[in-house]
Amino acid sequence: MAANLAGMWVLAGYFAHSATQAENPFTRTALGAGFWTLFAMAWMIALDAIERLQLTTLGRLLLQSVFLLPLLLSLNEGQHLSIAKEYANQSDVFGAAILRHLQIVFLAVVPALLIGLLLAWRMTKKQNLRQALFPVLNVIQTIPSIALFGLLMAPLAWIAIQLPALGRAGISGVGLAPAVIALFMYALLPIVRSALAGLEQVPAEAINAARGMGMSAGQLLWQIELPLAMPVLLIGLRTAVVQTTGLAAVSALVGAGGLGQMMFDGLFSAANELVILGVIPIVLLALLADTFFKVLSSLIKKRP
Amino acid sequence: MMIRFEHIRKLYEGAAAITDLNLDIQQGELVVLLGPSGSGKSTVLKMVNRMVSHEGGQILFKGKDINSFNVQDLRRRMGYAIQSVGLFPHRTVAHNIATVPKLLGWDAQRVQARTHELLKLLAMDPEQYASRYPHQLSGGQQQRVGVARALAADPDVLLMDEPFGALDPVTRAALQVALKKIHRSTGKTILFVTHDIDEALLLATRIVLLNQGHISQAGTPLELLQQPANDFVADFLGRADLGLKQLSLRSIAPYTQAIEGTEPSHTITHTATLREAISHMATLHVSTLGVTDESGTVLGQVLAADLLEN
Repeated sequence: MAANLAGMWVLAGYFAHSATQAENPFTRTALGAGFWTLFAMAWMIALDAIERLQLTTLGRLLLQSVFLLPLLLSLNEGQHLSIAKEYANQSDVFGAAILRHLQIVFLAVVPALLIGLLLAWRMTKKQNLRQALFPVLNVIQTIPSIALFGLLMAPLAWIAIQLPALGRAGISGVGLAPAVIALFMYALLPIVRSALAGLEQVPAEAINAARGMGMSAGQLLWQIELPLAMPVLLIGLRTAVVQTTGLAAVSALVGAGGLGQMMFDGLFSAANELVILGVIPIVLLALLADTFFKVLSSLIKKRP
Repeated sequence: MMIRFEHIRKLYEGAAAITDLNLDIQQGELVVLLGPSGSGKSTVLKMVNRMVSHEGGQILFKGKDINSFNVQDLRRRMGYAIQSVGLFPHRTVAHNIATVPKLLGWDAQRVQARTHELLKLLAMDPEQYASRYPHQLSGGQQQRVGVARALAADPDVLLMDEPFGALDPVTRAALQVALKKIHRSTGKTILFVTHDIDEALLLATRIVLLNQGHISQAGTPLELLQQPANDFVADFLGRADLGLKQLSLRSIAPYTQAIEGTEPSHTITHTATLREAISHMATLHVSTLGVTDESGTVLGQVLAADLLEN
């Protein structure tokens, strides 16, 4: 399957080369929708086949990375294709866009993890907090992301005007602030839900014994509750990171930048290659995060 | 004085669960809190390390009100073993035992030496068991680790809440013997909760029999059996076989006399109780048994009539 994928690229590159006889850098040879559909489907079939192979996590990881080779090849073999030319034109922006994308994800997920954990921990002790918070988190989850970005713009702009210090620190109606806040709110639900499920399956007798031996609430959390809740928590964290990586693309609409910016630039200028150049790294980042957490989970499970 | 309860009162859902409880526990005693379910025995135990609060009166630990201690400090000075054991599933046996020493900031070398010492004390080979996880142990081994963990930081008091309640009879008997040995060798003050009369009679230096939140009678096992203070005590201890239980508390050694005439056809070791000797006689249809030491040398004999006349 990997050979098949690579072959498609080599062929496409060859034809592009023969088609673009003139040495004009503005000539483009674009791949058709059929190619991309075929490519995406072949890739999905391959990934699905790997999932079914029942390999160790590490083995699966290696095999999956083999399937990334065709993409790298495309940058070399397919240098006469328009996507490669688009990449060459955008290469300075490309790296910055990836970094910006990662920054958005990081700024949304890390606070969501810390606050989500704290909320879940409080919930194990206070039933009414749970009854109050879960409906709110569930409703947030149903708001379309574009609407939520939009909803946050006005109040944030107002805050920036009222408190100029915050405005100078980068809080404003457009840009990073509304994007990060909205993504934070989306990430909260899977994290709180999994953290709570994880904390609740910690054996009550272990908690009882730990308290009876003189552990403080903090020691109990760090030494007993969190390690025992970790396997379940990681599942939610994985969902949150993958989901945020995808949603962060939409945040370009409120001026947050990132890979979504390239995607929308491409959309608005009808340059399909640019769209793809933005989308592929997003998919890869999401897959990478997914795999990372799967590996982490399997490492934790190895310990009883 | 290790622990003193003064006029302790405790309400549970509005009703009085404990009413005016007074009790002194001396250094080195093994006090068993005995009673039916709902008698408040477990509540009394948990009050000592403040897992349960008391509403009236005060509890003194080494002469100081327990509420004047930092609660974590207080608990770290008291070993705590519970029926469900509550070992930490993500930590090895050694790490579990090291819990309180690590909270107290012992250095790694001292922790390891102590862990191995305790495993040996509880008849578990450190080489074999130290790095295992709780789910790799049998129920009896888990409770041994639980007891070792409670003893780890050499606490002033050991609080044990029905620690052997969930074990099968054979394992339980082995652990009772182990605990008795530990009590004898370390001289620890132990407060032990159970509803099992035989366990109480075997272990206790003093039994405190509780009923509906007050003390029905406190005394040595023999005192309770010989002079039950009221009907509840007699009924709870088993009125019909009070006598048999008394017999099980006494050794045959004082009843052993020189052999006159023919040597008895059957023998028993000198560490046996009166109950065991009489049971032997009943099954063998004899009225005399030879008494031997561990190596089998005959020391003398006991007569059924003597044993029953105590």
